[in-house]
Amino acid sequence: MAAPPITFDDRQTSTESSRSPVIAFDDVSIAFEGRTVLDGISFQLAKGETKAIFGVAGSGKSTILKLALGLMKPDSGHIHVLGEDVTQMREEDLFDLRRKIGMVFQESALFDSLTVRENVAFRLLEEGDVTEEEVEKPVRESLSFVELEKTVDMFPSELSGGMRRRVAIARAIITHPEILLYDSPTGGLDPVTSTTIVQLIVKQRDVYKTSSLLVTHRLQDAFTMAANYFDRKTNQMQPLPPGMRGEVPMGFLILRDGKIIFDGDVHELAACRDEYIREYIS
Amino acid sequence: MELISPTEIAKEKIEAVQDFSVLAGRSVANLFRYPRYFADMMQQADLIGVGSLPIVVLTGLSIGAELALNSANTLQRFGSLSLIGQLVSVGMVRELGPIITGLMVAGRNSSGMASELGSMVVTEQIDAMRALGTDPMKKLVTPRVISTVFMLFFLTIISDLLGLFGGGLISTFLFRVDWRQYWNSAYQILMFQDVLMGLLKPVLFGFIIATVGCYYGVSARGGTQGVGRATTQAVVASSVLILMVDLLTTKFLMAIFSYR
Repeated sequence: MAAPPITFDDRQTSTESSRSPVIAFDDVSIAFEGRTVLDGISFQLAKGETKAIFGVAGSGKSTILKLALGLMKPDSGHIHVLGEDVTQMREEDLFDLRRKIGMVFQESALFDSLTVRENVAFRLLEEGDVTEEEVEKPVRESLSFVELEKTVDMFPSELSGGMRRRVAIARAIITHPEILLYDSPTGGLDPVTSTTIVQLIVKQRDVYKTSSLLVTHRLQDAFTMAANYFDRKTNQMQPLPPGMRGEVPMGFLILRDGKIIFDGDVHELAACRDEYIREYIS
Repeated sequence: MELISPTEIAKEKIEAVQDFSVLAGRSVANLFRYPRYFADMMQQADLIGVGSLPIVVLTGLSIGAELALNSANTLQRFGSLSLIGQLVSVGMVRELGPIITGLMVAGRNSSGMASELGSMVVTEQIDAMRALGTDPMKKLVTPRVISTVFMLFFLTIISDLLGLFGGGLISTFLFRVDWRQYWNSAYQILMFQDVLMGLLKPVLFGFIIATVGCYYGVSARGGTQGVGRATTQAVVASSVLILMVDLLTTKFLMAIFSYR
């Protein structure tokens, strides 16, 4: 069996880097129309870690991603992303920071008047004086990562929901961002397509060591990510050998009534005695 | 139905005016900031300018013809039919050309901008654009504003000329006014201030059409119904604003030039 990607050295590096989180929420609160959605939440995302965020509908999961990206401003608290306080930055200054972050939206949010090629190349074409020929290679590479090279000349309306989600991932990763934010990437998809997308997220985590926040309703997706690693030799997701379960940089965060009720790894989640959490994961 | 307090309504209106002012200000300020989206400007100029050409040609021609038709009878009563060229010329260049073209382009493009941007908002495409490090104000709003201002200026000139041509056809073929005499009087009556007034208005109207259309588009909320509402509001608001600004501009310029 191929060796799991997390070696001792990798884990040591991961521990060292965890001292400097790529995302840090500090006592963040936000309310919409008088209803408190997030109530003084604090958590950190370590470099190279993938953290899955759970909670019932309307619990503020997607809001966390939009806050991290500076698309929304909190009512109070501070959010540090790659060392910068996004709550204090002007919109003009945030654009530079956002170029280091990739986001996969819940409904893909592909530009419907652009082809798949133009959608995926959007960031490269916007960033500098590059021609369409120069972006062809990275576009092909990015689409090959999500196994959708053949859709390059199609429009988003011609793709299925799962394909659109994969194109959105290709668009998010084309510049190899330091952080990836996934908003319900498997929501509403069939089990086979969901597994394909989970595999892509695991590949991004284990091959490119990208730090990620993942909002999802599907607990099984996060458990799959915690119990598997991406094997470069077979180019497939493989189960971790016994004794290595949970030895991947995968965290869990559970929200309830605007507060974080759990923030830890799969071992801590399994050992948790909180009744609500036991019920949630059962 | 829930009652909303007058203070809340006033607050909402003031906030809307503030947001609109910010959008309008930034759309102009972005002209002096990089990146400048020339390709998008050209694309919008084609959509707004070339796309609006058929309706501008038709309305310009008909308005000029109708103006000549309606005024000819009155002028005939006073034996002043030879002045018809002057009347059509001043009416078209100073007032009807800019306003009819403005209203036509508002109906076609303000609604188009509101629905396009509104759809992008409700499908999170605007958020996606921001997330990808691109300023939607620079990429979407500024090119539309610049293109509309630029193209409406030329569309108005076309409309004025076609209005004069339509008036000329009616005058010559229905009222037997000499074709050359018509054009001579139409040309000679025009003064610098008439032309200035006629060409300043499309610049203001173009700005109103694009900023109002974009504002209602980016403020759209509530799915497809919200987009429909934004589209209607954009046309109504831009048309009303055009009429109001037209009145104010006319009065202002008349005062400046001590009009005859």
